Amino acid sequence: MAYRFDFSSLADYTPVLVQGVATTVGLTLIGGVLGVGIGIAGAAARSSGNAPLRFAVGSYVELIRNTPFLVQLFFIFFGLPSMGVRLPEWQAAVLAMVINLGAYATEIIRAGIDATPKGQIEAGASLGMTGPQIFRYIILGPAMGKIWPALTSQIIIVMLGSSVCSQIAVDELSFAANFIQSRNFRPFEVYFLATALYLALAVALRWVLARLGDRMFRGGARV
Amino acid sequence: MYNFTLWDILSNLLLAARWTVLLSVIAFVCGGIAGILVLLARVAPLRPLRTAMKLYIELFQGTPLLMQLFIVFFALPLTGIETSPWTAAAVALTLFTSAYLAEIWRGCVEAVPRGQWEASASLALSYGEQMRYVVLPQALRIAVPPTVGFSVQVVKGTAVTSIIGFVEVTKAGTMITNATFQPFLVYGLVGLIYFVLCYPLSLSAKALERKLNVAR
Repeated sequence: MAYRFDFSSLADYTPVLVQGVATTVGLTLIGGVLGVGIGIAGAAARSSGNAPLRFAVGSYVELIRNTPFLVQLFFIFFGLPSMGVRLPEWQAAVLAMVINLGAYATEIIRAGIDATPKGQIEAGASLGMTGPQIFRYIILGPAMGKIWPALTSQIIIVMLGSSVCSQIAVDELSFAANFIQSRNFRPFEVYFLATALYLALAVALRWVLARLGDRMFRGGARV
Repeated sequence: MYNFTLWDILSNLLLAARWTVLLSVIAFVCGGIAGILVLLARVAPLRPLRTAMKLYIELFQGTPLLMQLFIVFFALPLTGIETSPWTAAAVALTLFTSAYLAEIWRGCVEAVPRGQWEASASLALSYGEQMRYVVLPQALRIAVPPTVGFSVQVVKGTAVTSIIGFVEVTKAGTMITNATFQPFLVYGLVGLIYFVLCYPLSLSAKALERKLNVAR
């Protein structure tokens, strides 16, 4: 094999890569926070007594979980403008990520809520707590603690999935890699580096979320 | 100008959907076979082998499928292998699937009680025999629902191969959009096709899981 690896030509493109990593992190941060927010609201709706609401949220979850993220992204970015909703690239990317994570988070958090012992809810009610108070103070905390590892994995999957946002020209990490390889014609080196950066981001994100989970739901994980 | 009827669009999408299905089946079958090998190495009584397989799984679970595709697409030609989008897509998805399935199945193997290993070892069964006659038959039962569930991820994963130019239903959707200027309709239909492919798999995974929980 005569191929000689040459990573030196990548040095000139450091700012592009830094920008790419920053955008990926930014997308994940916004998408993650809003997506988990939707997940909590969706899970609350799915455990509510309102049948049409439960059905609507259930349809949303199934629709999103059974279609590819790329198609959701294209639908939002290319399809919605014909309905009069025209979003800039990065807003379309964030919206797609939020909608996608929201569906998975709904399902994950609901599993945690379902695992709440009935006696705790009854104990809350007998203390005169209202429904929302029971949800906020009794159900949600332990539920989040229980499902936090699953939610962490899902947030990482969404972060990795954001690589396809390069297809609508969001300047995140894989967009940066595509840009660089179109200039220096060293696709293997560039994609190798980008992949390593994604791996590092995934490891770092897992570490941060584990710390965050310890801090927020300490004691909650123990049932 | 030629006007595209709804049927023109739908029939072309369905023709392209054949490739989505075929690629999914190839990736799932080949990934399953490779996954068994990875699994056997991942739980083998040989530490370096276990560590290597752990890294393999970490690598594929910690990087985007898109990057895996690009690397296979650009790296294989360097070794002298002619790479079409077809080969690159099939190879990358097979590796991706094998890593995830091996990890899913590892959980199932570890769910088999330790005593089963010890009992079979005390009967002088070798590692291969323990796996074949004692552990795998029990692990297989609990492995079916999550495996069916993961097949949905494989079908959805094939959408990303459109980016390296493999013409499956997403790529066909993009091409048809460029001709008809009806992205809302076309991508809506593309999404619907994926839903029709994936939803039965999701439902059967859920049903299998329920059946398993009742049986226990």
